[in-house]
Amino acid sequence: MSKIEVTGLSVFYGRGTVQALKEVSIKIEAKKVTALIGPSGCGKSTFLRSLNRMNDLVGAKTEGEVLVDGEDIYNGGTDVIQLRKRVGMVFQQPNPFPMSIYENVAYGPRVHARGWGNGKLKRRLDRVVEESLRRAALWPEVKDRLGESALKFSGGQQQRLCIARALAVNPEIILFDEPCSALDPVSTARVEELLRELKRDYTIVIVTHNMQQAARVSDFTAFFLLGELIEFGETTRIFEKPSDKRTEEYITGRFG
Amino acid sequence: MGEKIVEWALFVSALSSIFIVFFILAFLLKEGFPALTLGWREFFFGMTWHPSHDQFGIFPIVVSTFVVGIGALVLAAAVGIPAAIYLAEFSPDWLRNLVKPSVEMLVGFPSVVLGLFGLTVLVVFVRDAFGGWGECVLAGWVILAIMTLPHVVSISEDSIRAVPNGYKEASLALGATQLQTVRKVILPNARSGILASLVLGMGNAVGETMAVLMVVGNPNIPWIPHSALEPVRVLTSTIVIEISYAVWGSMHQHALFALGVVLFAVVAVLNAVTTAVIRRGKGGWGRD
Repeated sequence: MSKIEVTGLSVFYGRGTVQALKEVSIKIEAKKVTALIGPSGCGKSTFLRSLNRMNDLVGAKTEGEVLVDGEDIYNGGTDVIQLRKRVGMVFQQPNPFPMSIYENVAYGPRVHARGWGNGKLKRRLDRVVEESLRRAALWPEVKDRLGESALKFSGGQQQRLCIARALAVNPEIILFDEPCSALDPVSTARVEELLRELKRDYTIVIVTHNMQQAARVSDFTAFFLLGELIEFGETTRIFEKPSDKRTEEYITGRFG
Repeated sequence: MGEKIVEWALFVSALSSIFIVFFILAFLLKEGFPALTLGWREFFFGMTWHPSHDQFGIFPIVVSTFVVGIGALVLAAAVGIPAAIYLAEFSPDWLRNLVKPSVEMLVGFPSVVLGLFGLTVLVVFVRDAFGGWGECVLAGWVILAIMTLPHVVSISEDSIRAVPNGYKEASLALGATQLQTVRKVILPNARSGILASLVLGMGNAVGETMAVLMVVGNPNIPWIPHSALEPVRVLTSTIVIEISYAVWGSMHQHALFALGVVLFAVVAVLNAVTTAVIRRGKGGWGRD
């Protein structure tokens, strides 16, 4: 069953002068990992950011249809706040807030916690923070240091904290925008392992410029080039028998 | 050889600027010091400034200066900080590109012109609207707030925009509203810059002379105002008004120099605080 259905999606920047995506259509499966690959500037990040409407922030113009659970998120009077609660995001640079570990994870639940009583809020937050950190495989490392500044931790730990922070608002879909590009190999391996665990409960879309990573973690792969979706399919098929010559050239390292 | 000469010339220039500052300071201290021979307690905490009776208590003047300065700052902050938030986070680009340079232009506004406006428009308005003399604390607050506003808006806006975009994106991507993002992420991060703009504004307000002189009334005998509609005397206006008739070498003249030292000290401390706040803020909020 597809969780996200995109039809004819075009995105323009700079008052419509630059077209970053050209009529992309794709179906993203629930509880699978879908990797978006392609050289820089190919539109993969733009595509990712159109799924939680982060492109709105830079004044992008969007045409076409993006359905999340059948709901058109651009034309259907969608509440962006509710959308972003359902569609979480983890960024390229680990960007924890300069607050404690606890406050970082509690941030999302707090902004959505309207009408919770004070005593109840505290207990609920404690539970959400612990659960989110456990899911992000960070709990054992930080459980005695919840009050310490997130900025004291390593890049890999910070990135897993950002994942925990995204999990804390209980999303259904999580978007990863090159989550490992700022991390060392060991931290990268831990994040990849985490991705494989998370797909049991979440639909995951990941942008990566690392083809081995796409091959390792994803079930489906989409190859973008110059704003177009060139090829989309099961990862094993894309990597073993690409049907488009450009895909083959890219994954064999002929360009990129 | 030629390079050595250039190096020396630069060194002498650098040294001379320091030397000039120290020379003036030394001169101020030397000229002001005799006023303390009347007793520092009488000088700093004396309630009466009455030169023709040889009474030189500066306490009411200092208090008035802070009343005017702090009031102006509160006013400037109340208008300037929300304006900075709007410009940095909400306004469309064309509006920011229009408003920010305009506000910054206010910095270069000759203060005597602003004083002229204060005297002919503001003072008259205050007199008509609230009664009293018109030349008063309130008029001083408004005129100084106008002069402080550009610093507050400009520096606060810069520091709000300097907050890493990643923090903002992270907050919005979690489903926080723009207002929640400003309140919980952006303002705490921009705090030190905003604070610095306020302290710097305060330093300017305390040291500002001409415009204030023209609107605060300057009663013959300084007092501590009991209402915003009373005229007051501040440090700067006292020096300007009295230096022309203080007899050369008299205690009166020494006392005015001592006022100058006090003014210098207050402004220097405020500037030092600004620098310290900015430096400490560089590391960001919550960082070691």
